Amino acid sequence: MSQTRKQLLTDPLVDNNPITLQVLGICSALAVTSSLNVAFVMSLAVIAVCGFSSLFISFLRHYIPNSIRIIVQMVIIASLVILVDQIIKAYAYEISKTLSVFVGLIITNCIVMGRAEAFAMKNKPFESFVDGVGNGLGYSLLLMSVGVIRELFGSGSLFGVMIFEPVSNGGWYVPNGLLLLPPSAFFIIGFIIWGVRTWKKSQVEVREYKIQTLEEH
Amino acid sequence: MSKPNNILTKFKNMPVDGMTKTLFVAITLCLVCSMVVSFAAVNLKEVQEVNKAVDKQKNILQVAGLYYEGIDVKKSFSSFEPIVVDLNQGKFTNRFNPLTFDDRKAAQDPQLSTLLKEDPASIGRRTNFATVYLLKKEDGSLDKIILPIHGYGLWSTLYGFIALEKNGNDIFGLQFYQHAETPGLGAEVDNPKWKAQWKGKKLNNKNGELMITVAKTQKYKDHHIDALAGATLTSNGVDNLVKFWMGESGFKKFLINLQNGEA
Repeated sequence: MSQTRKQLLTDPLVDNNPITLQVLGICSALAVTSSLNVAFVMSLAVIAVCGFSSLFISFLRHYIPNSIRIIVQMVIIASLVILVDQIIKAYAYEISKTLSVFVGLIITNCIVMGRAEAFAMKNKPFESFVDGVGNGLGYSLLLMSVGVIRELFGSGSLFGVMIFEPVSNGGWYVPNGLLLLPPSAFFIIGFIIWGVRTWKKSQVEVREYKIQTLEEH
Repeated sequence: MSKPNNILTKFKNMPVDGMTKTLFVAITLCLVCSMVVSFAAVNLKEVQEVNKAVDKQKNILQVAGLYYEGIDVKKSFSSFEPIVVDLNQGKFTNRFNPLTFDDRKAAQDPQLSTLLKEDPASIGRRTNFATVYLLKKEDGSLDKIILPIHGYGLWSTLYGFIALEKNGNDIFGLQFYQHAETPGLGAEVDNPKWKAQWKGKKLNNKNGELMITVAKTQKYKDHHIDALAGATLTSNGVDNLVKFWMGESGFKKFLINLQNGEA
């Protein structure tokens, strides 16, 4: 793989992460991260949809009329999402019950639309595919990190395997129920964004305005 | 040059943004996508239906205390006999095929359900026909009775099963297979320790009055289930739905008939 293609794949992991830098796709990150099994399947689904939608849209990019390009992208993304949803329902039924509507909501995930519109419409198919997969991976990386924190401290397990024995089963660990509720993912994502931007100063956004103090006035 | 070729070249030279090509792209794309989607849906439907059925059977096995990791669900389920019960008569009915009858659909159908005036379980309409599962011993005698129950908790309708011993009064177990209660609080209805309380409790007292209660304070030892800490509304919901389904408008008539051999 050439240098640029490699960059397409690795850039979205930290340097240009769709969640921490662009702050896209937050709502599904809140919903599906309370257990790692679910977050993992969701990640695979997003990687697949993001990669293949970019690939197909890039193949068709010279034939898509400008006036209906968003609709064309949506139709392709929606079809892929339904496909993925059907496959999960058929082969991972237990997980599909917990994921419920959130697989369907990948259609509205701004990351997928964003890559289609910003990258796949202007680049060659293979590069677009790599870019889509890279962004899917960036999303997955964050999803899994949030998932680890939420499942470990919320229910004392990882991938459903007991790590801290909770009190309700006769162990010592008092699970933090807040972490199982969606708002906790907001806090965790917030802390992660804070951490990443402290580490990589270049990601800090320039202030659009500055509040004037009396002295300056 | 032949005529169709002419049309083709003409079409090829049209601008991508023109009306004809826009329509062409839109229609072709929709056709292709709908074919892909319907192909997947039709082909995977069978596997999905099997999954759904196995999931329900698994829950019935769980409530009857027969489930363990790696069990052959289909094989173990063959010791259960599904039968449709007419709730108004309290008797078995052979009007429907128990393998295909859908209680939830029936509850939507005005012909097959009753609009509830008193509705403690907040379910709106109650189906007149419910599928129950009888667990038979090897010699064919009745071992356990599994009854479907549902009702509103705090956020969601809880769907589950209650398993009764053959006397129709002693509870063997209770299990919900679908709900969306608060994780860590109301969702503790799935906690094995909480569920274990139900075993051995009695529905009715000696006079046949329905006594089973989910509450914070214990009144009658044989009929008391401790409510879930921090989940008052879910506990009230479970209390209401168990009372409703085990009461006069639920399975009580059927259970009495079953004991008297008149079901």
